Amino acid sequence: MQRLKPVDVVIAGGGWVGLAMAKEIATRTSLSVLVLERGPARRLKDYAAGMDEVDYALRFKMMQNLAEETTTHRHSIGQTAAPIRQYGSFNPGTGVGGAGEHWGGLAYRYLPDQFRLATMLREKHGTRLPADLLVQDWGVTYDELEPYYWQAEQMMGIGGKAGNLRGQIVEGGNPFEGPRSHEFPNPPHKPTWLVSRFNQAARELGYHPFPTPAATLSQTYRNPDGVTRSGCAYCGYCLRYGCMIGAKAQPTNTLLPVLTGRKNFTLRTGCNVRRIAHREGTATGVTYIGESGVEIEQPAHVVILGSWTLNNCRLLLLSKIGEPYDPATGKGTLGRNLTHQVGTATPIFFERPLNAFMGAGALGATLADFDGDRNLDPSMGILRGGQIRVTSGGEAPIGSFGRIPPGETEASWGSAWKKAALKWWDHASSITSEAEHLAYRQNYIDLDPTYTDKFGDPLARLTLDWTDHERRQAEMTIQVQAKVGKAMGARIGNPARRVAGRYSTVEYQSSHVSGGVVAGTSPENSVLNPWMQHWSIPNLWVVGASGFPQNSSGNPTMTILAMAYRSADVMIKRYFKRPGSMA
Amino acid sequence: MRRREFLVIPARSLGGVLLYTLAREPIRLYAQESPQKGTLRVPLRFFTADEAKIVTAACERIFPADDSGPGATEAGVVIYIDRQLAGPYGRDQYRYTKGPWVQSVAEHGNQDKATPREIYREGIGSLGGFTELPAGEQDGKLHAIEKTAFFQLLRRHTIEGMFSDPLHGGNAEMIGWQLIGYPGPRMSYREEIGQDSGEAWRRKPVSLAESLGHAVSGMEEEQ
Repeated sequence: MQRLKPVDVVIAGGGWVGLAMAKEIATRTSLSVLVLERGPARRLKDYAAGMDEVDYALRFKMMQNLAEETTTHRHSIGQTAAPIRQYGSFNPGTGVGGAGEHWGGLAYRYLPDQFRLATMLREKHGTRLPADLLVQDWGVTYDELEPYYWQAEQMMGIGGKAGNLRGQIVEGGNPFEGPRSHEFPNPPHKPTWLVSRFNQAARELGYHPFPTPAATLSQTYRNPDGVTRSGCAYCGYCLRYGCMIGAKAQPTNTLLPVLTGRKNFTLRTGCNVRRIAHREGTATGVTYIGESGVEIEQPAHVVILGSWTLNNCRLLLLSKIGEPYDPATGKGTLGRNLTHQVGTATPIFFERPLNAFMGAGALGATLADFDGDRNLDPSMGILRGGQIRVTSGGEAPIGSFGRIPPGETEASWGSAWKKAALKWWDHASSITSEAEHLAYRQNYIDLDPTYTDKFGDPLARLTLDWTDHERRQAEMTIQVQAKVGKAMGARIGNPARRVAGRYSTVEYQSSHVSGGVVAGTSPENSVLNPWMQHWSIPNLWVVGASGFPQNSSGNPTMTILAMAYRSADVMIKRYFKRPGSMA
Repeated sequence: MRRREFLVIPARSLGGVLLYTLAREPIRLYAQESPQKGTLRVPLRFFTADEAKIVTAACERIFPADDSGPGATEAGVVIYIDRQLAGPYGRDQYRYTKGPWVQSVAEHGNQDKATPREIYREGIGSLGGFTELPAGEQDGKLHAIEKTAFFQLLRRHTIEGMFSDPLHGGNAEMIGWQLIGYPGPRMSYREEIGQDSGEAWRRKPVSLAESLGHAVSGMEEEQ
């Protein structure tokens, strides 16, 4: 094995987390920072030729190639897991910028009570909580995170409307959100007809719709790092695509420009980190396979894992760091609290055309009237709800063809079907939700005993299924979707009941898989302390949604970044001066 | 090396400009200077000439030319499918293909070893004599295999070939986009967004190559 010269900080993964941590450390200290990214390098100009639905949305050009590595899944212990052979319920990214390049740009904050969910649920429900619930507090509060949320929003130039400004409820924003210290850096996007219609209908029903916070710029913006990006052109090639004009905030157009050319920063692509090297409670670096196929040891004083959720967990399992979780005994913390999200969608159809090919990934409206524990009827038996939203995200022609209201035709091919599909093309949209997914004892990550990646290392195995709680959450959100859809004057289609049965790896849910390496209040219930620092290896930090003890509603990117900025801040202010545990 | 096989079709069966009469009936026309006369010989990358004929006929039943406008034949869907199958996708180079291959529950999706190329070869084999049958009997044959992986794939690929960017070989002269009114990948709707008057915004489509001013190569061209 080739052994390289040591660096101060090595970071596995060049996505939002890796580049945000690198940018903070490399610009605020003189430490040498090396980012290892398994995928290719990417630049803005690479995306110009990317407005192609076949390669990007159907063949997943920006995602990890499953031929090289995937995940296995089973519903419960005792079953044999099967590999996820083709893309379905989630899409991990690869390449510089990671999933932050092909995200949709929905930029919500989490509700304040999410961070103390176990305490809150115990206070409210006492012993009536299900016995298999593994929900826990994060060990960090919303107020502590608020400055870092603001930092991330400024970096990206999020557009939106504050609903709670330092405790004052502001008309037009989300009145149920946590207090913001500032109004959004940019105004919201102008609504499309679809979004205006949703707003109007929701208000008529007594709800409180607000502009979905968007990482696609609503106007030209210069961020505090001096990076200027242009406003969105609404081309519609957003989710699953990289932005060709840099209007959608991506790691490559916000963080990389600040890092490029710095002497103390290096980015190495095509480097697949396989193990964290460690000795006597100290991480000594990482080993990886480089582009040439040679195994390389990279010594470092500090190791940060910033790869995707499941890979962060898998790297710790492969490196034999920490005790793997055992659902039978409840012992071990590594791999527990695996969660996804309760995604639902109700198709809506209009007599008028929508021009739905225009749009931006996060151009939409949301209502949070059923988010958190708001407006949950006790008879429903639901502990936590979710947001309801509509998005003019930009529809491409293949994916949007063939949406037909119920009762039009039974056929799925042939002349009758073709005529119905032509008639309804560009007349269809959907109202969607992502409800919270609580953590349960039985849902966790470990290593698969059978299936391996291209190097022969075991794949991560998910043991994951829905409970009746998630099925009830799904029904609740579907009911609200239909109610809003009807108030919009739409014909309602058959809802996507993705959560009605068992967990399915087939249909796309979201790429918001969380947990496995969770942060918490004690080494008994978590792998990391609330700073995302390993409880027993203080120079190992694992940053990202792998640290979330349960999954909130909406999109995790802003919380991932807020947590990353907070970790970087404590490293710079305290840890590098006096290395040791921050908790 | 396999023998070169060609799809031989009347040039005027492919593409064209779609116009609508006052009664909203579509008419397919050609530009006057169009050189498309006689026959086209399209080199096939995966299908044999006979296979291509069967696939053309089956796609035409899935997405037929009728009084609502042109269908799979005019869009050159078979050319799209041929190129996809010849490329990395057809060989399952984007799919996890390590064993053991075990049948699992429906929630785990396709756990079959067969690649798209193999699924097509076998599926086409079950459609012997298809091209000679009248349309009604062709439909009957397809109904009988509706639940098979082959038909599901064929149906999906037909829609893809109708509406993909022409760079992938289908949607000839953007006939599919003309049919639905999709304007193609455009750099900006800054002027149009939020100005919606309830009218359909329909323009002569542009391809990605036209939008960019240079040709773009699809993933099917990679090895």
